Amino acid sequence: MAKHKTPLLDQLVSGPWPSFVDDMKQYAAARAKNEKKIEYQIPVDVVDDLMGLLELSYADGTTHWKHGGIVGVFGYGGGVIGRYCDQPETFPGVAHFHTMRVAQPAGKFYKSEYVRKLCDLWEFRGSGLTNMHGSTGDIIFLGTQTPQLEEIFYELTHTMGQDLGGSGSNLRTPSDCIGQARCEFACYDTQDLCHTLTNDYQDELHRPAFPYKFKFKFDGCPNCCVASIARADISFIGTWKDDIRIDQEAVAGYVSGKFKPNAGAHAGRDWGPFDIVKEVIDLCPTECMKYENGKLAINNKECTRCMHCINVMPRALRPGKETGLSILVGAKAPILDGAQMGSLLVPFVEVNKEDGYQAIKDVIEAIWDWWMEEGKNRERLGELMKRQGFQKLLEVTGIKPVPQHVKEPRHNPYIFWKEDEVEGGWERDVTEYRKHHQR
Amino acid sequence: MAFISSGYNPDKPMENRITDIGPKNFEDFYPPVIKNNKAKWLYHEILKPGVLVHVSETGDEVYTVRAGGARLMTVDLIREICDVADKHCSGYFRFTTRNNIEFMVDKKDKVEPLIKDLESRKFPGGSYKFPVGGTGAGITNIVHTQGWIHCHTPATDASGPVKAAMDVLFDDFKDMRLPAHLRVSLACCLNMCGAVHCSDIAILGYHRKPPMVDHAYVDSMCEIPLAIAACPTAAIKPKKIEIDGQQKNSVEVNNSRCMFCGNCYTMCPALPLSDKEGDGIVIMAGGKVSNRISNPKFSKVVVAFLPNEAPRWPSTTAVIKKMVDVYAKDARKYERLGEWAERIGWERFFEKCELEFSHHLIDDFRDPAYYTWRQTTNFKF
Ligand code: SF4
Ligand code: SF4
Ligand code: SF4
Ligand code: SF4
Repeated sequence: MAKHKTPLLDQLVSGPWPSFVDDMKQYAAARAKNEKKIEYQIPVDVVDDLMGLLELSYADGTTHWKHGGIVGVFGYGGGVIGRYCDQPETFPGVAHFHTMRVAQPAGKFYKSEYVRKLCDLWEFRGSGLTNMHGSTGDIIFLGTQTPQLEEIFYELTHTMGQDLGGSGSNLRTPSDCIGQARCEFACYDTQDLCHTLTNDYQDELHRPAFPYKFKFKFDGCPNCCVASIARADISFIGTWKDDIRIDQEAVAGYVSGKFKPNAGAHAGRDWGPFDIVKEVIDLCPTECMKYENGKLAINNKECTRCMHCINVMPRALRPGKETGLSILVGAKAPILDGAQMGSLLVPFVEVNKEDGYQAIKDVIEAIWDWWMEEGKNRERLGELMKRQGFQKLLEVTGIKPVPQHVKEPRHNPYIFWKEDEVEGGWERDVTEYRKHHQR
Repeated sequence: MAFISSGYNPDKPMENRITDIGPKNFEDFYPPVIKNNKAKWLYHEILKPGVLVHVSETGDEVYTVRAGGARLMTVDLIREICDVADKHCSGYFRFTTRNNIEFMVDKKDKVEPLIKDLESRKFPGGSYKFPVGGTGAGITNIVHTQGWIHCHTPATDASGPVKAAMDVLFDDFKDMRLPAHLRVSLACCLNMCGAVHCSDIAILGYHRKPPMVDHAYVDSMCEIPLAIAACPTAAIKPKKIEIDGQQKNSVEVNNSRCMFCGNCYTMCPALPLSDKEGDGIVIMAGGKVSNRISNPKFSKVVVAFLPNEAPRWPSTTAVIKKMVDVYAKDARKYERLGEWAERIGWERFFEKCELEFSHHLIDDFRDPAYYTWRQTTNFKF
């Protein structure tokens, strides 16, 4: 018998999509039974009480969680988010219900042996509820009590070789697309860059010294599967400089209908036979493609590497071989002053594993120096860029302005010339001036 | 329930302490076929909804079966994922950015038994544990935030509306009939700790009542200057009040300046703002993150408010379903929802989707607002 009646939640048990309610109900019952004779370190009925509390929210349309108190593990300023419920008498199992963020491996690849250990630990010392994964990328352990935090951290670090992730005004746990591990479009090794930078910047991740949160995301190509361009303070997006590689025989294969366009992504409907002119040449945003006499030609100088043609004909077209990445900065969600998309800062940088990605780290560290010096409390990088200007960003990073940095040049001539940019400076003699200009 | 120590000594926290070791190395978790073919992949194909094959220049192939999952998962369900992985994939699996689970095998004949196993696993209430789909020109899993299960500022739940929406969109999770892929996201307050502002369709929790001031507690529970500074619209001012003959420091909220962001509440628990009638859902549409054909776009507000209708949010799911169906019928092949809306014009979008336009949908928030008004005689009747 469930501890609390949950008639509203129970309506989410039906329907085809995986029901988190049914999952929790089964698990709450299993905890109550405790066939494995686990010495649960937090209340056995934690999941029952969580469902009871959620049912209350479903009935009264409001949350019953209070603010995070300041809890954490010794020496770290992030990785744990304190949480207390506002109905502790009725739902004592979730009176204290802190979240732990566990740093996920790059690419979110796992092996069962390891994941089972995580599950055992979390069942023993926590609620047994998780998010796989949180929005930023971490594995989220949802709900434990203060005395368990150090114990869990000790187990994670000592027996599993696993650290916590970031929260608060820190570097948040970076995340990446699957990249070269399984994607033919990837222009660099997203996993290696993500993992290396995550490890090199552990101090920034665990010990808050920033004005606000800071996110890195790694996309292997401009398709942007991890949405870096929309949500990372620094987005690393794979790209190339040379020519798209064309296999004319495979192009013919698409034209003849032997291969399905867009890797078969449109197979759920009859769109008629593939028409290379209509579906590729005419949709190329830069009009840099031609299909004549059964041959495809690309004027690569004009291509902006939008990926459309490559997505449509992956067997025939591949990104070039001179690959690297573009760095865009300042993306964020709307709060406070409106959403910002990442703005292009470095059009192209080589991705050099051998020297530990030094060229990329130089850009990151110049940006951090500026933001830590000038950023106000709770000001994201994108907001600082707006406040002090893109020109300032170029100045602090030592990057030369190029037309690629703008969509179009400014609409007004109100240029803040600096004195040293004007011949002869600003100091003048008004008496001398008056000799030639009467009052 | 006796306390069992892990070995940690609270009197000497630094003893044998291990810190800053970061996440596990991804290479420990690569299945052999991935390890052997990394950076050697030539092309891929979606064999059917939820099933991909990637072909390497070595001649190797990897078959991926993608299954949806609620991101809120118990350890028992995760163990079941491990069971499936042990049985079919030598223990390897991965998650996608959008909370799908991917099982990879190196031979075609291992695919069907894997799918059969996944689809046979159901919860007692009948829902699939691991529905296969979410590829190509269809709808994949909804990324979302915490909601009422675990956060202090939500204006709606997360897991509930997502379950309700995915039930309604399930056919498009299992199919690839759309003109292009369509990404749905949910954030339960405008903090958007999971970004939704560049999604084809975004479900956003929104408060509509300014914070209440718990005068007797403001001074003891909050740093008043921080609460004042947290307000993006400068709606909060300090105020002295008298309670039971005692002077107390508190604050005053200029209600007409409030945009209901809840920032003040995050800084000061004595300024709660959630409310059954006030809170609900905003629907946004037309965003995207890929650079394909057109530039990445922000989502636009297309429905200013829908009430929270727990447990299944029928008004919200109906609006979403309608938009998806109209888009499916009307857009051209490869056209994302936002590209379609821009081509036909937003006036046509509202007409076709049978959505009411109201003054709430005209931007009046600071500078960017001007750029969204129509500055041409080119419009459609
Ligand atoms: S962003 Fe590009 S490289 Fe990365 S998974 Fe997506 S398509 Fe592949
Ligand atoms: S990548 Fe885009 S811009 Fe370049 S040729 Fe292909 S369709 Fe045209
Ligand atoms: S979106 Fe807002 S309410 Fe929802 S989990 Fe994030 S911060 Fe909390
Ligand atoms: S909810 Fe936001 S806008 Fe309203 S008073 Fe609080 S901080 Fe200011």
